[in-house]
Amino acid sequence: MGFLDIDNVTKSYGSVQVLNSTQIEVEEGEFLVLVGPSGCGKSTLLNMIAGLEKVSDGEIRINGTRVNEVRPADRNIAMVFQSYALYPNMTVRGNISFGMEMHGVPKPEREAKIAEVAELLQITHLLDRKPGQLSGGQRQRVAMGRALTRYPDVFLFDEPLSNLDAKLRVDMRTEIKKLHQKLGTTIVYVTHDQIEALTLSTRIAVMFGGDVQQLGTPQEIYDNPANMFVAGFMGSPAMNLLPARLLRQDGVMCAGLKLADGSEVLLPFPRAEGLDRYAGREIVLGIRPEAMTDPEGADRDSPALAQVDLPVDVVEPAGSDTFVTVSLGGRDAIGRFRAHTQARAGHPARFAFDMAKAVAFDPKTEARLA
Amino acid sequence: MSIPLSFGRISLYLLLGLFCIYYLLPLYVMVANSLKPLDEITSGGMMALPSDWTLAPWRSAWSEAQVGVEATGLRPYFTNSLVMVVPAVMITTLMGALNGYVLTKWRFRGDTLIFGLILFGCFIPFQIVLIPMARTLGLLGLSGTVPGLVFVHVIYGISFSTLYFRNYYAAFPTELVRAAEIDGAGFFTIFRRILLPNSGPIAVVCVIWLFTNIWNDFLFGASFSDFDSQPMTVALNNLVQSSTGVKEYNVHFAGAIMAALPTLFVYVVAGRFFVRGLMTGSVKG
Repeated sequence: MGFLDIDNVTKSYGSVQVLNSTQIEVEEGEFLVLVGPSGCGKSTLLNMIAGLEKVSDGEIRINGTRVNEVRPADRNIAMVFQSYALYPNMTVRGNISFGMEMHGVPKPEREAKIAEVAELLQITHLLDRKPGQLSGGQRQRVAMGRALTRYPDVFLFDEPLSNLDAKLRVDMRTEIKKLHQKLGTTIVYVTHDQIEALTLSTRIAVMFGGDVQQLGTPQEIYDNPANMFVAGFMGSPAMNLLPARLLRQDGVMCAGLKLADGSEVLLPFPRAEGLDRYAGREIVLGIRPEAMTDPEGADRDSPALAQVDLPVDVVEPAGSDTFVTVSLGGRDAIGRFRAHTQARAGHPARFAFDMAKAVAFDPKTEARLA
Repeated sequence: MSIPLSFGRISLYLLLGLFCIYYLLPLYVMVANSLKPLDEITSGGMMALPSDWTLAPWRSAWSEAQVGVEATGLRPYFTNSLVMVVPAVMITTLMGALNGYVLTKWRFRGDTLIFGLILFGCFIPFQIVLIPMARTLGLLGLSGTVPGLVFVHVIYGISFSTLYFRNYYAAFPTELVRAAEIDGAGFFTIFRRILLPNSGPIAVVCVIWLFTNIWNDFLFGASFSDFDSQPMTVALNNLVQSSTGVKEYNVHFAGAIMAALPTLFVYVVAGRFFVRGLMTGSVKG
């Protein structure tokens, strides 16, 4: 049993079920990120943990106590909203102290706590301003400050960074991670940004269509996505999902990929060794752009490196890397080359496939096979 | 930047000037005639400036003229109106705000139906309710009293104030209410500490609308008041319509201006918020 238990929780509005039976156990001090596209049920789940929406079925427990019927204020949680939700009529000081005031904390204690939190978030000089006079990043800090004033069991973040510009978002992301390392409080964090999910979390729940598609550490999710949705959603550029044929050639399991000219390239695929029943059948080969690179940039320790010359369609320099597009299995596949690659559009280039990192999916069920 | 005075522009200014005079003429007549002795009016000099300036008509209208049984002037009725308008406006605004808060932030099954029914109240003509209202006031023991009038105006005003506040709060971020809930604030605390302090513009709109309507109301005042609870409008009517003696036009003019001054005052003081308030409500809603 975890510190925060989401036990077979469902949510439906009338006859529409927006969250199917969901089971997540969060350990104390964990940083769980719920990630998925809009409408996947992640915010609904968060609001149910907060108590802002009723649980249709199932049970939510915090620290072993069932909280389904407990008012939000009595759950000992704190929440940071996407729009920050700062009270526009109060100063920063008033915003931070409001929650403590409502919980009957005496004034001297409130003042001390405000000073402490303001120091931690470096907003001491802003305490007497109104939210309207603050920049986006400052509002974000105040919103976190408000959440920090109590010692909550669980912090809830609802897309806290999505209203910030790109640079500030990266800065605040680091700050949130620092804050978690410093305080060690359990955090549940909702986002649609897979980078935020990978960088911040200790565990990720990838959600889609009201279901948790996969629950695991960032590494597990990234390396071994449970299905094609997770594979395509996590990582940027996305994992290449290429129609391929599985076959045994000279006693070795291989993935056969069609090229634009109709010929087929065979890549030895040791991970598929157990998949004899799929031999001769269509699969979807999933391979990350960084596992499909120039030979010099490839991981030389990889047990299954396959080198092939392929005709390049497009070359896109992106500063630190160069993205090279080739047609494989009828799809555009993107490889991540080093910045100063010699690859040129219209000419063949040598690709090194790290097949130890490649995965295979069933094209019908979309589930991972190997 | 200067615009050349072309023929078209000169005629435009001329036309605008004419309209100004046209609209200001009644005010001029009222003010000018309220400041001259009666014989100057009766001798046919209604448009002229007073030759003999006097404040006597104002004094008379305020405290000496024969309005009811006694020669009290309009003063007690002015007080009646104030005692009626101020609580009526305050209660109606507060209840409208509360209704708007519930209808937008504490949605419940059938809330749109309820809002529709409340809205329906905006379209009920005053005349229809006169008799049932008289009966109700009688049963409540409020007939012929100022509190009775307050009651009637509150009931009629709630439809409008609810409409204003509901539409304003519909655009009010619900996340603020959720945040306050998590902070531990209850239903009324959220209303008082979060919603109300952020309702300035719409409250001004509501107050101006209600104040003007209630102050200027004649029908309810004439129907539900007694001699000692008549509002200003009814008293003014009695002053002007009194059939005894000579018609003191200068006193009537002074009385009419007095009856119009409070609404004018409210417009001038709150007018700039009025426009701003209408904008805030519409842009976001």
